[in-house]
Amino acid sequence: MKIIVPLENKSLDAPVCPSFGRTPLFVLFDTEKETEEFLNNEAAASQGGAGIKAAQMLVDNGAKAVITYRLGENAAQVLNAANIEIYKAQDGTVKDNIEKFKEGKLSLLTEIHPGFHNHGGGGK
Amino acid sequence: MMKQLLILSGKGGTGKTTVASAFVELGKIHAYADCDVDAPNLHLVVAQAPAPTKTDYFGFGKAVIDSLKCIHCGLCEQNCAFGAIENEVIGIYECEGCGVCVELCPVNAIKLSDYSSGNLMLYKSENHVFSTAQLKMGSGASGKLVTAVKKQIPCEMNDNEIVIIDGSPGIGCPVIASISGVDMILIVAEPTISGIHDMKRIIDTARHFNVKCIVCINKFDVNLDNTKKIEKYCSELEIPVIGKIPFDTAVVKAVNSCKSIACYPESMAAIALSEIWNEIRTTLAQGRSFQFKY
Amino acid sequence: MRIAVLSGKGGTGKTFVSVNLACAAEKAVYVDCDVEEPNGHLFLKPCITECTSVKVIVPKVDPAKCIGCRTCVGFCKYNALAYIKDRVMIFNELCHSCNGCILLCPQKALKQTEREIGLIEEGSSDNVSVLTGKLNTGEVSGVPIIKGLMKKLPSHGTTIIDCPPGSACVVMESIRKADFCVLVAEPTLFGEHNLSMVYDLVKLFDKPFGVVLNKCLEEENPSEQFCKKNNINILTKIPFDENLGKLNSEGLIVVREIKSYHELFRKLLEVI
Repeated sequence: MKIIVPLENKSLDAPVCPSFGRTPLFVLFDTEKETEEFLNNEAAASQGGAGIKAAQMLVDNGAKAVITYRLGENAAQVLNAANIEIYKAQDGTVKDNIEKFKEGKLSLLTEIHPGFHNHGGGGK
Repeated sequence: MMKQLLILSGKGGTGKTTVASAFVELGKIHAYADCDVDAPNLHLVVAQAPAPTKTDYFGFGKAVIDSLKCIHCGLCEQNCAFGAIENEVIGIYECEGCGVCVELCPVNAIKLSDYSSGNLMLYKSENHVFSTAQLKMGSGASGKLVTAVKKQIPCEMNDNEIVIIDGSPGIGCPVIASISGVDMILIVAEPTISGIHDMKRIIDTARHFNVKCIVCINKFDVNLDNTKKIEKYCSELEIPVIGKIPFDTAVVKAVNSCKSIACYPESMAAIALSEIWNEIRTTLAQGRSFQFKY
Repeated sequence: MRIAVLSGKGGTGKTFVSVNLACAAEKAVYVDCDVEEPNGHLFLKPCITECTSVKVIVPKVDPAKCIGCRTCVGFCKYNALAYIKDRVMIFNELCHSCNGCILLCPQKALKQTEREIGLIEEGSSDNVSVLTGKLNTGEVSGVPIIKGLMKKLPSHGTTIIDCPPGSACVVMESIRKADFCVLVAEPTLFGEHNLSMVYDLVKLFDKPFGVVLNKCLEEENPSEQFCKKNNINILTKIPFDENLGKLNSEGLIVVREIKSYHELFRKLLEVI
């Protein structure tokens, strides 16, 4: 299956990027074939809604799971609508996180923060 | 990862930059940023390397009409939701770069051109990194510029490093963008009716993002009743008021000498700020959290 | 006459000057364009007579007509649309209401619908009619509210427009219809630095303007020096007065409390 992780340079030894929507790169890792493909995150250049655009790209690339430190609610909505599982990244490299994922040692990400460019809903 | 402290206020003029510059001095901070991209002031009172690296910031593009191709059909003007087109002239300050006119033009006479709506600046010296920006007047969409300012600060700082971020007034897009990824927000409140009103709105905004919030009251002795009101309000929400700074004319002197008030350590304001800084420093270092109820 | 009051920096005293100018006139309209943090109403305490919702247009999809061509998703510069599992998802808070997706959908599957982003309150306080714009928390842009306020400006009489701080697009919208601009500056380096920004703004818009120096102390005033250097008309100087500060912090209107200040503001109005 294909899992996606945000990272800052093209190496599995890089740490997981703290940002999802504005990460410069994603790695698309196929757990069956043990292959990786690096994807440029064009959403990073967006004025706003970067999380949404990044999530759309992940969906279009056939991701089934994502490992990330944080996720905004808009991006989460997109991923949830596509039934993509969202796992919380742990300290360590992308490689470490992928290994932990395979061993079932990662937990699901439960704290979804409100969108950073535009908050959801009207408020008061 | 480093810890980020963001300083906000809701109302302008409560003393964010004064407080930020004091912390930079007291904490011997190596990395700091000014996210008030509309009206940046931090650079006036903190040390920085002489020559910054300047980068053009490109926000949304602006539409440009090629008058040679234009057939004067008026479709663009009719459909511009922002009223930015009049007699085939595009108003630079009204155009929001949505691209509708580009798509609708039957002869492809319009395209979106890169438009620099501001400058990013990075002051880097051996020990310090100072990131700031200036939005050109009339520009909007500064949330992305704020994000760019924060991004200029290198991630590779130690766990004990605290990054100080001087925020902007208000509760809109640039403030929301500055809140992203911070560990703690310090709200600088002032004991005036306007100050309290705006403080409530910024607390409300901060609550939506589930970020730890603390308050300090600046110029507290200008109105002791209002100071009490602030303390009561915060205690009801279980937001810690971690200090009070007295009104001190030494602050004006310091600012006008391009210095942080911390450079006048015997002044009342500096003493109060020093205590507040110690409180913040130990909290962030220990990863302690205050009890927050939202 | 429409007078806009602005300053580059927050906290210099825009609302203080605006509210007092409005009250010193025989009859005036006070418009609060600082929609993120409106404060004028705290001093004027108007009796509200009308409250209008400010709405913006966002798209709504008819799934029966949608064929999944994704033209809308590809077009939107604000990433307010996504297409997941054969369904268009719309993110209202990111929508800038450009109407593009609605116009460009080849199947006409998108229609306009409205969403509230804030309010305009109308009321009065003695001799002053009060118009206040309020942006809902979490919303990003107050520009539509300011546009709404500008539509309600009376065609004659004295109107005082209390602008937001800074010089971004919200400020531009606020001064667009002004006949005269009052720039309020405080006597610090910060004040001077930000004064120069709004100075550029009013010059760009070719508006007649003057400066009010607020919270003046006896020492050197960098903002005053800036004005002298650039031959800018200083309309009046308001001294730093603890008394003023105290009254202000209580939400009291100085010209309604202290006669000498009433005189000062009346004269200021005449000068303008």
